Amino acid sequence: MWFLPEADAVLCEVCKENDVAITLTEIDGNGVRQVRLCEKCAAERGVQTAVATPKPALESLLQSAQQQLAGAQDDVGRCSFCASTLRDFRQSGRLGCPYCYTAFEASLRDLLRKVHGSARHTGRQYGAPQTLGTAPSGAPTADRLRERLERAIRNEEFELAATIRDQLRALE
Amino acid sequence: MSFDATTLPGGGLGWIDGAGAHAGIVLATRVRLARNVEGYAFTARAREGERLRVLSQVRDALATMPSARQGMLVRVDQLEQPDRLLLHERHIVSKELAGLDAEQTPRSGAAVHVGSHHAVMVNEEDHLRIQALRSGLDLDRAFADAAALETELGERVPYAYHREFGFLTACPTNVGTGLRASVLMHLPALVLTREITRVLTGLQQVGLTYRGLYGEGSDVIGNFFQISNQTTLGRSEDELLAYLESVLSHVIDKELEARRVLLRDAGYILEDKLWRAYGTLRYARSLSFEEAMNLLSGARLAVGLKLMHGLSVYTLNELLVFSQSAHLSARAGRMLNEEDARVARATYVRETLDGASL
Repeated sequence: MWFLPEADAVLCEVCKENDVAITLTEIDGNGVRQVRLCEKCAAERGVQTAVATPKPALESLLQSAQQQLAGAQDDVGRCSFCASTLRDFRQSGRLGCPYCYTAFEASLRDLLRKVHGSARHTGRQYGAPQTLGTAPSGAPTADRLRERLERAIRNEEFELAATIRDQLRALE
Repeated sequence: MSFDATTLPGGGLGWIDGAGAHAGIVLATRVRLARNVEGYAFTARAREGERLRVLSQVRDALATMPSARQGMLVRVDQLEQPDRLLLHERHIVSKELAGLDAEQTPRSGAAVHVGSHHAVMVNEEDHLRIQALRSGLDLDRAFADAAALETELGERVPYAYHREFGFLTACPTNVGTGLRASVLMHLPALVLTREITRVLTGLQQVGLTYRGLYGEGSDVIGNFFQISNQTTLGRSEDELLAYLESVLSHVIDKELEARRVLLRDAGYILEDKLWRAYGTLRYARSLSFEEAMNLLSGARLAVGLKLMHGLSVYTLNELLVFSQSAHLSARAGRMLNEEDARVARATYVRETLDGASL
């Protein structure tokens, strides 16, 4: 069997309704036979024109887990570094910053277990060199928040600035 | 910014040399490690200034790294669209980094450090996508290359790391090791014998996934499949790689078995088909990319089955890369429309095959 895309639209030889998607060249004991098929009839014969695209299980699992996890707890918390919420995560499928992992730790632990079958990293360990002067990931320090506040004001993002100011006050 | 791809070390194409294990079936092995720089929001949420600071920190670090000595940094955000497309066709940058989706432009700070066997993308979905590419099936070497870059970079730039969750990434599907190993395979016999659907379904059941020639969201063209691990957390890098390798060796066996069956049951018919594919490549005056890919798939299978001699895997790999639109335009020195590109493609394929006497 060999297939090439069809240049001109011709009707499927089996259902005679849809446009031909592929030409199927079957090889059997009697030699070679060519059948022109639409996508649907091809699929019925076990040939997929775009070659088998079952939705990757992980993506759909991630989606449903995200919805589940975000449903009950929307806006319960906000990441103190980037001001993301779980709702933002549900909508984009992406976290805002490394600190989100701390802010939403419990929810993420469940999600990671569902997605990876484990929530514990067992690969290479890492410690940033002392000379780089960074704290391990965790709650941001007041210095970091102040820097972030300045940046928000400079960028005229006043809503974000207000959130950060509140966090700073709470911290101090 | 005008850009000359020939100035890239090895053209960024060290992976097409046709060396490496199972080069007749496995085109290339890619290992990528996703990392983020501590102290910044992830790329999508970072402000322009933050992305530029990430870039300058990374640039300074790369400049002093032994493993990045033979490489150059390309500011993707300063390239014209045809050049960005060319880098994408060369598998050096992702569609996202190159801003190639409709109506999109690259985000400021998007860059890539290119060596003959590596490409480090900066300000992709994660701040850093450290990738190493090798010809054939070579997970160990690709991982060693990527890990060397990762280690040296991590000594100069602090990574976002969590004691429990490991290396932190924008998408939780990459967290932990941040490791994605993908192997680009040519599986025509499994497609011809219709075994492919079963094989692909099986891969998903054992926790692996597959994509088309250009990675995420791309179609399967020319019987090429990129097979990769899906989970990144809860297993060590070595375990993830060993597992992938063991499954891949089954897939290779299946493909070889399907090739034997085809030869045994339909030898002359198959041979006829493959030589016809070669004939079309050799004499066509106009070829669409998809048609060229399908015909080249036939030629590649014929070489693999030793039905055709004198045509090397290297030449086939070269044809695969350089018959893409942006490459044809670069060769012609002007933007080709689709019709002109078809004619240019047929000419290029003809000339290349002229040079390889069978």
